[in-house]
Amino acid sequence: MDALAALAQGLTVALQPMNLLFALIGVMLGTAVGVLPGIGPALTVALLLPITFKLDPAGSLIMFAGIYYGGMYGGSTTAILINTPGESASLATALEGNKMAKAGRGGPALATAAIGSFVAGTIATMGIVLLAPWLVEIALQFGPEDYFALMCVAFVTVSATFGSSPIRGLTSLAIGLTLGLIGIDKLTGQARLSFGVPELLDGVEITTLAVGLFAVGEALYIASRRNRGEEKIEPVRGSLWMTKEDWRRSWKPWLRGTAFGFPIGALPAGGAEIPTFLSYSTEKRLTKHPEEFGKGAIEGVAGPEAANNASAAGTLVPLLTLGLPTSATAAMMLAGFQQYGLNPGPLLFAERPDLVWGLIASLFIANVMLIVLNLPLVGLWVRLLAIPQPWLYAGILVFATMGTIAAKPSVVELAMLVVFGLMGFLMRRFDYPVAPVVVGLILGPMAEQQLRRAMQISLGDPLVLVQSPISATLLAIALIALVAPFAMKGLAKFNKSDD
Amino acid sequence: MESANPTIDRAALAIAATLLAIALVILWDAMSLPAPVYGIGPRAMPIIVAVGLILLATGNAYLAWRGDFPEREDYDAKAVALIIGGLAALMAIIGLDGGFIPATTILFAATATAFGRRAILTDLAIGFVLSLAVYLMFTKLLSLSLPAGPLERLL
Repeated sequence: MDALAALAQGLTVALQPMNLLFALIGVMLGTAVGVLPGIGPALTVALLLPITFKLDPAGSLIMFAGIYYGGMYGGSTTAILINTPGESASLATALEGNKMAKAGRGGPALATAAIGSFVAGTIATMGIVLLAPWLVEIALQFGPEDYFALMCVAFVTVSATFGSSPIRGLTSLAIGLTLGLIGIDKLTGQARLSFGVPELLDGVEITTLAVGLFAVGEALYIASRRNRGEEKIEPVRGSLWMTKEDWRRSWKPWLRGTAFGFPIGALPAGGAEIPTFLSYSTEKRLTKHPEEFGKGAIEGVAGPEAANNASAAGTLVPLLTLGLPTSATAAMMLAGFQQYGLNPGPLLFAERPDLVWGLIASLFIANVMLIVLNLPLVGLWVRLLAIPQPWLYAGILVFATMGTIAAKPSVVELAMLVVFGLMGFLMRRFDYPVAPVVVGLILGPMAEQQLRRAMQISLGDPLVLVQSPISATLLAIALIALVAPFAMKGLAKFNKSDD
Repeated sequence: MESANPTIDRAALAIAATLLAIALVILWDAMSLPAPVYGIGPRAMPIIVAVGLILLATGNAYLAWRGDFPEREDYDAKAVALIIGGLAALMAIIGLDGGFIPATTILFAATATAFGRRAILTDLAIGFVLSLAVYLMFTKLLSLSLPAGPLERLL
């Protein structure tokens, strides 16, 4: 039970008064920002990153954990009360949750989402505790070629396998990889794609990209189609508390949602959409009240919301043990580590166990704080939803530029923010997924480094990539994941032409 | 779109062309790097990415040719221009050492107008108060450095 001893050690770090305060600030800010419509957890983390610049690493990472979980909670409130999910993972919650709110059952919908998130978050965090040391052991066996192959899997699954169009997904990824090329090559000191601009030598800041794509891009997109459909906030009427019947109908979906969410999140499969929709369709099939689905069934909120949170916790497994971000939010968390020169992975477990386990322990604490704070304070968060849209987006842009200029005081950085904003706008308009760009930027340079290290060790023999059994297997998985969506499309067409 | 073949998506075709252009720039840039002495050097990854982009440009062109992009609705170009204008003003003011507060005040008012508000003076006032609060909180409380102009130096 090494893991539990390490966790106990982590708890002593996380329970220090200052760190408790950081966790509290983190969950409050995370919920407050996450509840704003149009802001998903990735942007929440990106916008709040500058606040942690001057803190020490432990405090800052603990605050981050709070922001991450708080952003998830806030997102579900928005989805239920105004039916504008800040991210695709909350789509399933909005489906039934908003119907419940319209029927005057907003209170129980929020409650089942919050308690379900708590249950899922706690179980999934326990999953991290048990899984992480074991994965770290495996990761220690990994050579550079294996890491490279693993990143190839992540590239393909994040961009091609599950999206609506594999070509558009891969295009997004390639744009991210291109941005990752910019700057000084770490191994040789050569400048690439910098065109003599000194600001480009350091490469593209991940926060500038994320804030540009998510905040500026979203603001442009929403402003450009403002006249279509007003959003309506559903007031929370009646009791906030769940009835006995609600509890009876919720607990199984919570557990099933967790069972979908955590493993899928922990695999480098990217995104919480799949587990949330799996959970939604499962609950729809298993319910004793099928007539309520589509009209506000509590199971349809409880399950997906638990799946969403469990999968968010699951993505922390590859992030912490392998340094592999598999979602935009995880990429932002990695950026949080990197601002202190820390690289998550097996080495960090060995060198800074206080930090890693302190972070994991504070996930539990953040979860408890959120359930205690959120149910009584939900009225306060709902009031944030009432900020008029013009001021809301104007405020978001002020914060977005503030964060960018605070990280790098240069007009060139602001120009990049604007370019990424326009890019985000066009990508939304033409239906390109945004997350692969962020993952490509952060993983691209890491993959290149591992590939070159592998080739150096093998003296330039590319066969090294298929000689290691781990790497060969992973590359085969990546290839299958790449070909599968095309093959299935072809098959579907073939079948159609058969009719 | 109003072309001879109604299914060809011109805008999407332009995206494919842009991707191709980016690929060529990457290749041109990679060629200016010295060849590695042994193993693979800084050139390899740009070449891989450029080849990928060329393939994807072809794929996107194919989608555009077949009209496989989702339907797009009309959009409000004035709103987009207002926000971009606000951001350009922000860059100009900060570039000319006008300071953070005036720059974000203008951005705030421009964005609010883009979202349909017609009370520019009120919005300027709100933007000013918000910018001032943000500036004070982040420079005094969190000791971050934000661009200072004449106004900020008085604080």
